[in-house]
Amino acid sequence: MTASVAVTGLGVASPNGLGTQDFWAATRIGKSGIGRVTRFDASSYPATLAGEVPGFDAAAHLPSRLIPQTDHMTRMALVAADWALADAGIVPGEQPAFDMGVITASSSGGFEFGQNELQKLWSQGSQYVSAYQSFAWFYAVNSGQISIRNGMKGPSGVLVSDQAGGLDALAQARRQIRKGTPLIVSGAVDASICPWGWAAQLTSGRLSTSDNPDRAYVPFDAAAGGHVPGEGGALLVMEDTEAARARGARIYGELVGYAATFDPKPGTGGEPGLRRAIELALNEADCAPQDVDVVFADAAGTVELDRAEADALRTVFGTRGVPVTAPKTMTGRLYSGAAPLDVAAALLAMDEGLIPPTVHTDPDPAYGLDLVVGQPRTAEVRTALVLARGHGGFNSAVVLRADG
Amino acid sequence: MSAVFTLDDLKRILLEGAGADEGVDLDGDILDTDFEELGYESLALLETGGRIEREWGITLDDSALTDAATPRALIETVNAHLALSAA
Amino acid sequence: MSARRVAITGIGVLAPGGVGTKNFWSLLSEGRTATRAITFFDASSFRSRVAAEIDFDPELHGLSPQEIRRMDRAAQFAVVAAREALGDSGLEFADLDPYRTGVTVGSAVGATMGLDTEYRTVSDGGRLDLVDHTYAVPHLYDYLVPSSFAAEVAWATGAQGPATVVSTGCTSGIDSVGHAVELIREGSADVMIAGSSDAPISPITMACFDAIKATTPRQDSPETASRPFDNTRNGFVLGEGSAFFVLEELGAAQARGAHIYAEIAGYATRSNAYHMTGLRPDGAEMAEAIRVAMAEARLNAEDIDYINAHGSGTKQNDRHETAAFKKSLGDHAYATPVSSIKSMVGHSLGAIGSIEIAASALAMEHHVVPPTANLHTPDPECDLDYVPVTAREQRTDAVLTVGSGFGGFQSAMVLARPERSEA
Repeated sequence: MTASVAVTGLGVASPNGLGTQDFWAATRIGKSGIGRVTRFDASSYPATLAGEVPGFDAAAHLPSRLIPQTDHMTRMALVAADWALADAGIVPGEQPAFDMGVITASSSGGFEFGQNELQKLWSQGSQYVSAYQSFAWFYAVNSGQISIRNGMKGPSGVLVSDQAGGLDALAQARRQIRKGTPLIVSGAVDASICPWGWAAQLTSGRLSTSDNPDRAYVPFDAAAGGHVPGEGGALLVMEDTEAARARGARIYGELVGYAATFDPKPGTGGEPGLRRAIELALNEADCAPQDVDVVFADAAGTVELDRAEADALRTVFGTRGVPVTAPKTMTGRLYSGAAPLDVAAALLAMDEGLIPPTVHTDPDPAYGLDLVVGQPRTAEVRTALVLARGHGGFNSAVVLRADG
Repeated sequence: MSAVFTLDDLKRILLEGAGADEGVDLDGDILDTDFEELGYESLALLETGGRIEREWGITLDDSALTDAATPRALIETVNAHLALSAA
Repeated sequence: MSARRVAITGIGVLAPGGVGTKNFWSLLSEGRTATRAITFFDASSFRSRVAAEIDFDPELHGLSPQEIRRMDRAAQFAVVAAREALGDSGLEFADLDPYRTGVTVGSAVGATMGLDTEYRTVSDGGRLDLVDHTYAVPHLYDYLVPSSFAAEVAWATGAQGPATVVSTGCTSGIDSVGHAVELIREGSADVMIAGSSDAPISPITMACFDAIKATTPRQDSPETASRPFDNTRNGFVLGEGSAFFVLEELGAAQARGAHIYAEIAGYATRSNAYHMTGLRPDGAEMAEAIRVAMAEARLNAEDIDYINAHGSGTKQNDRHETAAFKKSLGDHAYATPVSSIKSMVGHSLGAIGSIEIAASALAMEHHVVPPTANLHTPDPECDLDYVPVTAREQRTDAVLTVGSGFGGFQSAMVLARPERSEA
């Protein structure tokens, strides 16, 4: 029941670097991937900046049979899964099919694919809708396509809790490993940088309308005015730690604590659920607050949400009680892809002994956070806490611990 | 648009709508090779059929795609429909 | 600590043919069908023009004008069904410890009706590539992310424990409840408001199933259009709906004297890793899911009194799952009644799995197996007992319900009486 679960492979598609190596090379020195939207002409919209994954050529990585039936985010997910498996030294065809599963998160499915088909439907007629529309846009598509490509027949699933879903998926993967499936590919890759997705995202009221890439997304800054959306994320190979050790796998770290909570209904008062999620996750990890070496913050980038997160962190850790960072200031918020990417960054931080910085933010001292800004910070990182919140009130927390 | 549906038309539509399997040369002698052997399953053929219908302005029966096991058979079916709609 | 077990103590159902659990059960037990010619939009240019629609007035079911404006139809369904389930459980709002109460909502296609309608507006009927965001409704973000459904149910029930949407295509309705069971068993919650909802009867969804000829083109008699296991079936009939459950830790439910419909004794999901829409005829992966769910329930094939089938009414599905039942239950498959309620309420994608769990629990409650309506001409390749046309009274203490979905998902759940003798 309480078997330990390790991450043994990383596959990354991030706006500041495609592939784990490029991502970490950029992240450790604070190199941002935020720029003007190039996937469509955003000049007529109030928000014009995004974090887009650079240099992704789907045809170079995937068979042409898969291209017409997949959204951009699924193509990136398939490639990230390939990389994660290769990184873990797993050849799926050599493993028993029922011993491998796929559990991903999604926030909005293949929205760009969906826009194209909606356009055909309403401008040309129902006969113009693609045969692939029945699955290419839906939330389950990445788990389905990854399981098919890699012959994985074990328990699979898909969780949707906006940005928090990225951690919920990893926890569900751990649950299934504890129930006896040796290996799960888990995480999320998300994207909805298309005009239709943009129109929908704008209604959240949380997009930054700044056109300055260096100031648009500045969480915990007194001038915070929303976030920049991004695309991408990370897929991880997760395994039973003992089994991974037995096969001589490289262990990036273990997922030792998790919890999810939901906020009280807006307007009813009461404390938001984030503090509770942190405490429950630390408790499960049998970990005291002073044992945490770094927090990867949700970093919503609006004053109200930043304050709520800072309040929770101060309550648990004390004022400036723990180093906090938000590398997503280099990528924008990747929705369900954000937290798995933060988990990857946290594991790489453990490996190098270096906390990547939060960029562009001039921290408001009133928050009382020890925010790692400007420069990376050298530190032994043995325990990391990763936080994610989703629109509507979802809070999730994961505790990671270095191996050995 | 010519009223004859050729192998080149079919190959173009297959590539656009479903790509091609690695190891299959669509430029080879494929007329009598089963679609299945060419790596196209029913979903790919449904997409292909939809594209042919829209581009050529015809309606194929439900059975047309399942019954046509090879490119030659599908081309013949499409041309039979074209001849009918021209008549 | 002994292993925590999970009981169903409340049920709420919105299904075609009638809102509320009572109406739902009379439809099923009388073998009536709720499929009809589509009325929600002009479907005359579509290949498939039948669906199982719900006559639903949100105001009548206690939703405020503000809630109605804010929520997609599927979210409205979810809130109404969740409230009915909570009422049925006998738990008062004040009885719930918010921190120990969670929510799972299954949905395959989220706010697809809202998205379809709003897209038309902001794109000026598909004319604009660069859609005009100034025409967007203020809650469009809640349509973009179906996680808003879980938020709505949490707000409606006061839950502040773990909340999420489970979206695994047409197995979402089983997987959502299965996920909730896991959360109670592991101790992350004591009560879960778990279920699913989909309202997919919109032009885009009808069009995408037209494109793969998955839905029936039958026009002549809409009320008999859904024909699972019948040799004349030619595709499924799209439906809509929602079912929710109050799930409680069994000991706590017994201690408060709650009415217990059933224990959710076993659950498993597997993938076919074969095709996004296709099924291999051998049913091996569904059989594996059934095997694991039955092992978890510690029941043998002979203990299963009824199989609530996926029974979508496509030739491919009906043969696939018939093979899966034989593979997992052996000879007992021939002695076990199997039926598909999709013959009556259609296929509501991510919702139907929960609606079928409700049907299974009610079959145990009444000792009545709902029939497969419209089954008059057996398919020689489907040679089990599919309970044609008329419901059957029989002792029903353990039920297997299964689902199969795009993406290759295969799920199985076993409901049983908590006091059963275990194998």
